[in-house]
Amino acid sequence: MHRYANPKRFLAIARPATGLTLLAGALLVGIGLSWGLIFAPADYLQGESVRMLYVHVPMAWLALGGYLGLGIAGITALVWKHPLAEVALAALAPVGALYAALCLITGSIWGRPTWGTWWVWDGRLTSMLVLFFLYIGVIALIRAHDDVRTGARMAAVLAIVGLINLPIIKFSVEWWNTLHQPASITLSGSSIDGAMLWPLLTSALGFLFLMAAMVLMRMRALIAERLRIARSVRLATA
Amino acid sequence: MTQTDYVLAAYLVMAIGIGGGLLWAYLSMRAAER
Repeated sequence: MHRYANPKRFLAIARPATGLTLLAGALLVGIGLSWGLIFAPADYLQGESVRMLYVHVPMAWLALGGYLGLGIAGITALVWKHPLAEVALAALAPVGALYAALCLITGSIWGRPTWGTWWVWDGRLTSMLVLFFLYIGVIALIRAHDDVRTGARMAAVLAIVGLINLPIIKFSVEWWNTLHQPASITLSGSSIDGAMLWPLLTSALGFLFLMAAMVLMRMRALIAERLRIARSVRLATA
Repeated sequence: MTQTDYVLAAYLVMAIGIGGGLLWAYLSMRAAER
């Protein structure tokens, strides 16, 4: 793994991977969403509004998965002090924040016809909002210091502390009374019919590839910026 | 509003969000690597 943590080797892989992930993401999202919008059946209870499943659930999964990645990058940055982990942390934070925001907004739009309200301050919705604020906090800390490495290390601490919120989000629907339904898909199986499950998994995989494409593009931008800063410092001190 | 209107609103928000995110990531990468 350490072999690929070298920025030069990373860029050699990231350059072709950017286009490939973008293409795979666009293709899978296109297939998954048209499947969900046109070919998947309406729900016997929720009717047409169940089609929001195919955008809301992938956003929720990936906002949580993205934060797990942020925590791992934070641990790697603090323990091994690897610059590429700091770059990954800085690249992942805004993308994760975007996914968390989209999860909250699409969830709110789904809540209105289903629950009769846009928002309730219950365990699931509030802990998801806290996740969004954690992402914003990490972004703010990265930018809070003139030295990018110091800022990234401060952000890494918050990213690690924030990991405590992930099990809270996961189990919020079991611990507290909530309007939000409990998990339909677990490691032991799914209570969703295949006609809805497959378009959901297809679009989730597509959104994962698009997330990877965004993170790769941001990492390439941040590496280029860091190289430019290092070059100007070298010139100034020569 | 019908249920379909809510569905379309959710898909529109997602398209603007993901499209905007991809565009920002691409433009910032292009500007930095130039």
